[in-house]
Amino acid sequence: MAVKVVERRPLTLAERTYLPQILAGLRVTWENMVRPPVTLQYPDERPAIPQNYRGVPTLVRDPEGREKCVSCQLCEFVCPPKAIRITPGEIPADAPTAHVEKAPKEFEINMLRCIYCGLCQEVCPEEAIWLQTQYSMTGLSREAMVNDKARLYELGGTLPDAHRKWDVKKTEAERQAGGAH
Amino acid sequence: MVTDNKPSLVAINVDGVEHLVPAGANLVDVLGRIGREVPHYCYHPKLPVAGNCRMCLVELGSPMRDRATNEVILENGKPKIGWQPKPAIACATTVSPGLHVKLDSPVVKSCREGVTEMLLVNHPLDCPICDQAGECKLQEYSAEYGRGASRYDHEKNAKPKRSRLGPRVTLDDERCILCSRCVRFTSEVAKDPVLGFVNRGSFNTLTCFPGRELDHNYSLNTVDICPVGALTSTDFRFKMRVWFLKQTPSVDTESSAGANTIVWSREGVIHRITPRRNDAVNDTWMADSGRELYKQVTAENRLRHATVRGARATAEEALAAASEVLAAGPLAVVGSGRLSVEEQGLLARIVSARGAAAYVPAHVGKGDGLLVSEDRTPNFRGALVTGLTAREADADLRALAADIESGKVRALLICREDVTALGLSATLLAKVRTVVIGTHADATTAAAEVVIPGLTVFEKHGTFINCQFRLQAFAQAVPGPAGVMPDALTLARLAGADAGLVWQDLSALPQLTGLDGAKLPAEGVQLDGSAWSRLRFPEGRLLKVATPA
Ligand code: SF4
Ligand code: FES
Repeated sequence: MAVKVVERRPLTLAERTYLPQILAGLRVTWENMVRPPVTLQYPDERPAIPQNYRGVPTLVRDPEGREKCVSCQLCEFVCPPKAIRITPGEIPADAPTAHVEKAPKEFEINMLRCIYCGLCQEVCPEEAIWLQTQYSMTGLSREAMVNDKARLYELGGTLPDAHRKWDVKKTEAERQAGGAH
Repeated sequence: MVTDNKPSLVAINVDGVEHLVPAGANLVDVLGRIGREVPHYCYHPKLPVAGNCRMCLVELGSPMRDRATNEVILENGKPKIGWQPKPAIACATTVSPGLHVKLDSPVVKSCREGVTEMLLVNHPLDCPICDQAGECKLQEYSAEYGRGASRYDHEKNAKPKRSRLGPRVTLDDERCILCSRCVRFTSEVAKDPVLGFVNRGSFNTLTCFPGRELDHNYSLNTVDICPVGALTSTDFRFKMRVWFLKQTPSVDTESSAGANTIVWSREGVIHRITPRRNDAVNDTWMADSGRELYKQVTAENRLRHATVRGARATAEEALAAASEVLAAGPLAVVGSGRLSVEEQGLLARIVSARGAAAYVPAHVGKGDGLLVSEDRTPNFRGALVTGLTAREADADLRALAADIESGKVRALLICREDVTALGLSATLLAKVRTVVIGTHADATTAAAEVVIPGLTVFEKHGTFINCQFRLQAFAQAVPGPAGVMPDALTLARLAGADAGLVWQDLSALPQLTGLDGAKLPAEGVQLDGSAWSRLRFPEGRLLKVATPA
């Protein structure tokens, strides 16, 4: 193949002085100096997390303070890395939420195993387990990385309940017991 | 072995496909056996037919015949089928030659949809807190045959929940679908009719007779047969979801009736025991008392390590000490009907090798005529078949006591028996050197020189021979305590035998010829017990034993 020699174009005066390039560079520098910062001083500053974020799984209470989990163990079953371990228990017959009958005695999520897939939230028939906005879990031991029931409720807090199915059921039962049917 | 008399077969036609099925069989059973299960709630193969749930509606037809000549009418060269104008329930139908069944027609489908919708009208849908979830017929059939959405927007009926029906059974009336299986069970099988329905229409409610409780020893069978979560076991309530549980076939050890069981465990922990169907032994039933036996696995007084003269020892040290004791002088052996056939076979070797006197104590209680027999050991027949003993079970150990007293016996090997409860006092035991193989600490293990821990029926595998001389296998459900050897291995070491080859020796016995305990069919093998027909056994009538043996 023949070789074609291309003549290099001689530099213009402006190019030879470098001034336009220096000014263009300075413009970027000055623009960034006056623009508000985009980085955060983590961990002193934290990002705003969107509400649909898939953070650490937590247990939530309804607005009346009732623990929503009834320990059906579906999340324990569906969890791909087997991070969840539930010990089911019975709600005593004299408790205010006795009509719900069942609640977890113990509930553990091992955050060393959790892969934040959100399947537990998806499978929960009681809308009791939510992956909320907490995203950073640290601990100094393996035990500290296992969230127990108390910690899960502390992380979860209270969420609004659109269905109130247990309350509705209880009111209906009470009304029927009163003879109104 | 029992001979297999084949029942005569008839041809039926299911959705256009011909099948040969046993004549006179119930249509629900037949369809299940050919793999075309018809959904059903109230029908149970071991209970009288009630026909009240209507879930099993199918279309039936049969070849038409000419009224005058009684000839089969042909249509295009094939018999013309006269279809019944309305669907009929399969559970009340007995198969007959030429029966035609439609399982997939639009009518049948809409029947199932309708029945399911009606059942769900007042159903609480509390599957998340219901123990039956995962093994619930209503759940399964609603998913398979239901509409998927409810059209009912009224208030559901409230009925009593979490009520105590008896000491072991909890009732949730909202979940009950009124199939009456439990009612029929208590009156027809348990012969203690305590359940019935009160009120009418959608207020129809299952309840106990006034002043009565569901408290007989078969009450938990109602929990097994309840197709929904209305009847649940109080012991198993809220313990574990059934889909986590591993099922292991086993045998009830509470008596020589030998009911077949399933042991349900998760990660080495047993959660419940339920009956396993065996039409020759226990149908689909078992006693409540046998379901509690798994608690012995974690009992407080469980033996978890060997001891030699009261000091903790390793398994090897204990075996060496035991061999030394057995060689110490004239030996007597107290075997047991609680040992498996394999263990009894190995013990019989020790007995004959050392010329020892062997005793198998009797444990007699009151039988209930169903599945708890008078002999409260699971395997006394095994002691006969393996040659551990040739006589009836020993009512007492007086002869042994006299031998110890007179110094005729200097060493004693005791397996799975508390001899202090059988009349050998601790002072008497102090006069001989004693080796005990047992599962739980008692006065005998406290007095023994060498104690070697053993495994419960749930932690090992083996076979038992029940009072019908039926050889039945049990499998290992959970691991035993760390470091505890199976009893058969301990006995094999003491006998100088190989525990793995025990069936080679056993299959040389006349009743066990050609058998291998590891390869028994699920329903067991009937042995010939005629050699012991002269012995007087304590058992009376049982569910499947009409005349006392
Ligand atoms: S309690 Fe269960 S077995 Fe008894 S009638 Fe109701 S659904 Fe049937
Ligand atoms: S199973 Fe046939 S009517 Fe219930």
